[in-house]
Amino acid sequence: MATRVVMEALSPTMEEGRLVRWLKHDGDPVVTGDVIAEIETDKAVMELAARADGVLRRQLLAEGASAPVGQLIGVIAATDEDIASLIGAVAPAAATPPPRAPSATPGATPPPTPRVAAAVEPPPAPTAAPVAVAGNGERVRSSPLARRLASERGLALDAVAGSGPAGRIIKRDVEKRDVETRDVETRAAAAPLATPAPASPAPAAPSPAAPAPAPPAPAPARTVPGASTAGDGYRDAPLTQMRRTIARRLSESIGPIPTFYLTVDCDVTRVSEMRQAMAALDDAYRVSVNDVMLKAVATALAQHPEVNAHWLGDRIRYFERVHIGMAVAVDDGLITPVLFDADRKGLRQLARESRDLAGRARARTLTSAEYTGSTFSVSNLGMFGIEAFTAIINPPEVGILAIGAVEARPVVQDGAVVVRQRMRLTMSCDHRVVDGATGAHFLRTLRQLIENPLLLVA
Amino acid sequence: MITTYRDALAQALREEMQRDDRVFLMGEEVAAYQGAYKVSKGLLQEFGEMRVVDTPITELGFAGVGVGAAMVGLRPVIEFMTWNFALLALDQVVNAAAKMLYMSGGQFNVPIVFRGPNGAALQLAAQHSQAWESWLAHIPGLKVVTPATPADAKGLLKSAIRDDNPVIVLEGEMLYNTKGEIPDGEHLVPIGVAERKREGTDCSIITYGKMVLVALQAADTLAAQGITLDVVDLRSVRPMDVPAIVASVRRTNRAVVLEEGWAVAGIGAQVVDIVQRECFDDLDAPVIRVHQADAPMPYARNLERAAKPDLAQTIAAVKRVMYVEA
Repeated sequence: MATRVVMEALSPTMEEGRLVRWLKHDGDPVVTGDVIAEIETDKAVMELAARADGVLRRQLLAEGASAPVGQLIGVIAATDEDIASLIGAVAPAAATPPPRAPSATPGATPPPTPRVAAAVEPPPAPTAAPVAVAGNGERVRSSPLARRLASERGLALDAVAGSGPAGRIIKRDVEKRDVETRDVETRAAAAPLATPAPASPAPAAPSPAAPAPAPPAPAPARTVPGASTAGDGYRDAPLTQMRRTIARRLSESIGPIPTFYLTVDCDVTRVSEMRQAMAALDDAYRVSVNDVMLKAVATALAQHPEVNAHWLGDRIRYFERVHIGMAVAVDDGLITPVLFDADRKGLRQLARESRDLAGRARARTLTSAEYTGSTFSVSNLGMFGIEAFTAIINPPEVGILAIGAVEARPVVQDGAVVVRQRMRLTMSCDHRVVDGATGAHFLRTLRQLIENPLLLVA
Repeated sequence: MITTYRDALAQALREEMQRDDRVFLMGEEVAAYQGAYKVSKGLLQEFGEMRVVDTPITELGFAGVGVGAAMVGLRPVIEFMTWNFALLALDQVVNAAAKMLYMSGGQFNVPIVFRGPNGAALQLAAQHSQAWESWLAHIPGLKVVTPATPADAKGLLKSAIRDDNPVIVLEGEMLYNTKGEIPDGEHLVPIGVAERKREGTDCSIITYGKMVLVALQAADTLAAQGITLDVVDLRSVRPMDVPAIVASVRRTNRAVVLEEGWAVAGIGAQVVDIVQRECFDDLDAPVIRVHQADAPMPYARNLERAAKPDLAQTIAAVKRVMYVEA
């Protein structure tokens, strides 16, 4: 007798699973207990075992595709048994496209031009257009009109909550979601930093950010998790089940951006020595602590693309290039001019550019292209004697570094108390993208660079 | 000029009989009795018994006489006292009038009008309370019009009489006394053209005939609740004004189809077919139909009321397609 192979609930909270790999193929004999496939749940990759003896007659879910718990994904039966009625309308695996719709071709999108008012780039609708299948492979109930509107507005249907019968997404839901997205953009542009302060080249708020205008050639691609879609200077990674669950659960816990904070205490004695040595050579070599920090952050980001990213709602965009937003206080506000390709610029060039940008920020002569496109931001309140603080993430970025004051403090070194120049760094992390260990690795690299500033020129 | 639906039809007959002496009226009680519903009042006196002809109670017979007259060049208007009686005449309507042009290879056209009250009135019981439009609209070769207002009654009947093909005019027994403005002078309403009787943005009601009045009532009631209805009066159910239906649904993204008759194979089914095909990406909700209960019309007043499509059902349907709690 034919046996249905269904997506099983392989974790207590699993609602759907992604088929990582079939271990048995059409025509392979199986006995009860044989592992026939690997399924990624919201927690781990699990094995799916056969529940009957026979032949795996048909795979009904493509590798990489997702299915809700209970969905038919295969059939085990005798070789000559008629399984047509079991399969019904379900297409064979080969014909089942991966859940991402091919239509919107997000990867082929050229870098958007800088925009002032939009911090969150509306993700191209990978799920909307022709069929109502969510990015996770689950069928999304939606009216035809809602699908069309979502597609036109670049909203992913699975990011929209349906208010119609049985959760059907209807026009008003898409419109509401659209308004919410705009609200987020407005908030992001209006209040990105916790500590607005009147001074310079200091606190500030990351301002609206969008993928950068395209200056020089892209840096070599680096390793970030997930199979992805490459674009010009970035790579879009689809959300894994685990990433999706983390994003959903943590957002429920702490609002739209589930933020956590990591603080590290660095020894900057060598930075001070280096600055003094440089200044002694010539005024042309005079650089600020902030300049050194920009260089260090840029270098660390280049080594940690996993925090140099944007959260786009249905996917994460990892940037190959490093564009650092530098918060600058201006009268009545804040703005975040961008140091493009900061990882590929020398300390003196960064010093020159940051001085120029800060000056023109205060003079209000920045062009919009100069304050949009950052991939990560830095805020420095050290010159006010602020020891440590937390900065607010500028979405869709996923991290911001808050730089505290350099202070002479007693520390224990080799068993003796010595006075060292110390500085506290606090990174705000968007937990939907950056986990604790991810942020910690980045900060460890950053601290190594700061404590050994020669590495910045290595 | 404000006039009744009844007088509007009478005006149309009089004007067309004055205009064209090939036009004549024939049916039961149309002459001496001045019409069962007094639509032909005064016509005998004005046009004489050669053009206003009383018949025996033989629907098939006088319908056939009409088809023959039309084949040889006259333009008969055949009045059925009610379309319920016309069942007996359907062989002439369907097999003769509708097919003559086709089966004679274009030699004989049949410029005939079959008209009379259609649909349920009040407590006339199962055999005399039926809406026949889907039966008639089913037939290639026929045109079927369903005026809801005096102006449309006049304009469509005149267009029907001038048409060179058989045209079915379905009047509403409950409409004869209703009043409305009729444009002065010559007034023709083209066959196959709907009218947007009310402009709204929230939901379309696509309807025709007597149910237009229910739709307008619903529009008034719901307007007070902040819901505006786009009321499309088809006016002709064959040919059907597809662009008007599509335009309305594209404006509102929702539709209720309201008809007097039964649901199965009804006019509403045809409308829904058009909407799903032409407006698929415009729909925010399934289209809902409001229609008579799927049963012979009861005689008992309370049961009859329950069986007929009405204002409450229409409003409930609108709220359903708008996902609003009733």
